[in-house]
Amino acid sequence: MSSSRAIAAVTRERGAKKRPKPLIRSAGIRLALVYAAVFGVSAFALAFSLWYSTVGLLERQVEVAIRNDATALNDHYTMGGLPSLVTAIEDRLAISPDGDAIYLLLDARGTKIIGNLDHWPAGLNQTDAWYELPVTRHGAGSTALLRAFGLGNGDQLLVGRDDSARTQLRGILEQGLLSAMGLMTLLGLVGAILIRALFRRTIQDIAATTRAISRGDLTRRVPQSGDGDEFDELAEIINDMLDRITRLMDGVREVSNSIAHDLRTPITRARTRLEDAALHASSPDDLRSAIERATDDLDGVVAVFQALLRIAEIEAGARRSAFAMLDLSPLLLDIEDLYHAVAEDRGILLRTEICNPLRLLGDRELIQQAVTNLLENALKFSPEGAVITFRAARAGATIEITIADNGPGISEQDRLRATERFFRAESARSTTGSGLGLALVSAVANLHNGMLSLSDNHPGLRAVILLPQTPDLPGD
Amino acid sequence: MRILVVEDDKDVAGFVVKGLREAGHTVEHADNGRDGLFLAASENFDAIILDRMLPGGIDGLRLLETLRAQDNVTPVVFLSALSQVDDRVKGLKAGGDDYLTKPFAFAELLARVEALTRRGKTDGPTTRLAVGDLEIDLLSRGVKRAGQKIDLQPREFRLLEYLMRHAGQVVTRTMLLEGVWDYHFDPQTNVIDVHVSRLRQKIDKPFELPLLHTVRNAGYMLRAEDV
Repeated sequence: MSSSRAIAAVTRERGAKKRPKPLIRSAGIRLALVYAAVFGVSAFALAFSLWYSTVGLLERQVEVAIRNDATALNDHYTMGGLPSLVTAIEDRLAISPDGDAIYLLLDARGTKIIGNLDHWPAGLNQTDAWYELPVTRHGAGSTALLRAFGLGNGDQLLVGRDDSARTQLRGILEQGLLSAMGLMTLLGLVGAILIRALFRRTIQDIAATTRAISRGDLTRRVPQSGDGDEFDELAEIINDMLDRITRLMDGVREVSNSIAHDLRTPITRARTRLEDAALHASSPDDLRSAIERATDDLDGVVAVFQALLRIAEIEAGARRSAFAMLDLSPLLLDIEDLYHAVAEDRGILLRTEICNPLRLLGDRELIQQAVTNLLENALKFSPEGAVITFRAARAGATIEITIADNGPGISEQDRLRATERFFRAESARSTTGSGLGLALVSAVANLHNGMLSLSDNHPGLRAVILLPQTPDLPGD
Repeated sequence: MRILVVEDDKDVAGFVVKGLREAGHTVEHADNGRDGLFLAASENFDAIILDRMLPGGIDGLRLLETLRAQDNVTPVVFLSALSQVDDRVKGLKAGGDDYLTKPFAFAELLARVEALTRRGKTDGPTTRLAVGDLEIDLLSRGVKRAGQKIDLQPREFRLLEYLMRHAGQVVTRTMLLEGVWDYHFDPQTNVIDVHVSRLRQKIDKPFELPLLHTVRNAGYMLRAEDV
């Protein structure tokens, strides 16, 4: 009661803590946009690096050439004065008259001494700085990279390189990159749309399946492509989950049907007895005995409920907190002591072999009840003169508690279902019992990380509880 | 005996109070935790029958803890619909002397309450118990009836000892399972009947006057006079 209220409170709290609403509702579109953005950024980075490494490299090379040229000319000037410098420039211009090298030497008054420029370019007013300016050479205009150097007595030397070839190259590159960018944007968008479509298709399969299931069609499963990719894996996980839910629901349905059926019988009997007594009882004694028998019937109903609750309690695993180190030997000998007399009374031989000691981490009371259930079953189904074997031994790190009888046993196809709640084999229908005994034994064994194994004892049933000596307990 | 019943369910309370009065006890009833605690703390009772879930802000566990904190040692039997093992352990840890889950048979409740009050009265360890001409020595573990020595298995001795400690009282099968075998659940078979009938073979069969009586719909009673 209180725990369910707590869960409700948590859910409410979680609901109240609203996440900010995303701008775009479709995860597919968001994913596509992210893809386009990543693609665009990487394309831009690629183009930029290409640009930098070609145009930038050319520019730097030109700068280095200008600097070297200027240094060489300066050397001429320092060593041979103005005439030497003039000769050097003349030589250079003579070697390649149509080359892209540009020189202009002015004296202190601003008169041209030598050079292939018609006049000092407008805007160039500082020495030792890079300029990219339009120039006129032999009457033809073009752009050039220029640098001015001051010489000793107010003379000024301008060294530069014609830029037109480089500008042309830059133009071609720019155009190429721009069209490439356009293409990339287009490709990015197409890719984004494709991704979105793929995403939607995969999600749609899962969405359609889960929607059908929430409408009540539990037979639907997410189709798997068989590629073994992540979506396939997800589909498999979802299908496994659905299988388990289906099994659990079947179990619940079966148990509730069984409860309704198994409890209706004794309740109906009690009701009939009481009504019959009320109508026909002729003496107080009759009345009293009818009431007593009806009370017994109701006690049986209560016992079934207790057993169901007990199994639920065990299956919930809550009792692991009560686990303690214990020795099973005296516990099993006590059970033997209690039932030996019963067996003897019924002319059944109870053959017991209990190893000593059998130390185990577990729940004393539950193991006691599980073993008792098996022993009572064996006693119930054994005819007079039969032998029941009750053995407990250690096998490696496992303790085996065996109870074998020579009764009718359980047929092979029933054995798998024998531990289900309320399952009763055809041969056991005529005997008393609720069909919960083995379910409890199995639950107890599972709680201890062990198991209950049922096999043929040729003839009869051989039930073995396998318990690890130290179950690995989660959280302990 | 003076018994306090703290139970909020009118039908259950009425049933218990009526039954206890018929058995010759004086009964007080409180239908909520606060009144129950007030009565339990201010008056003297021989036993308290206490429900776990009670209205009035104080539940059964709190009531008992408060009572025990005041050094009140009145025997307490819990009567509760909370039937999980942990619930029983909690009840006993809080200072309860016995724990009975609903639904219950009145005979079981009566037997347990009477057993508790008797237990409260025994003072000091006894070494010898006797009922009629049957006597047992707890130290030598010897059993004699009318001077004749009777051989008992260890478990039969413990069964007899339990019955003798509660001589003159009804002892239910569940009480025997818990007290002698330390079993806390009901087996499907009549194990206790088998053991009692074996004991009866040894201590009653050869003698004229039966001491071990079967009480219909309740259990057994060891007693010198006829029931």
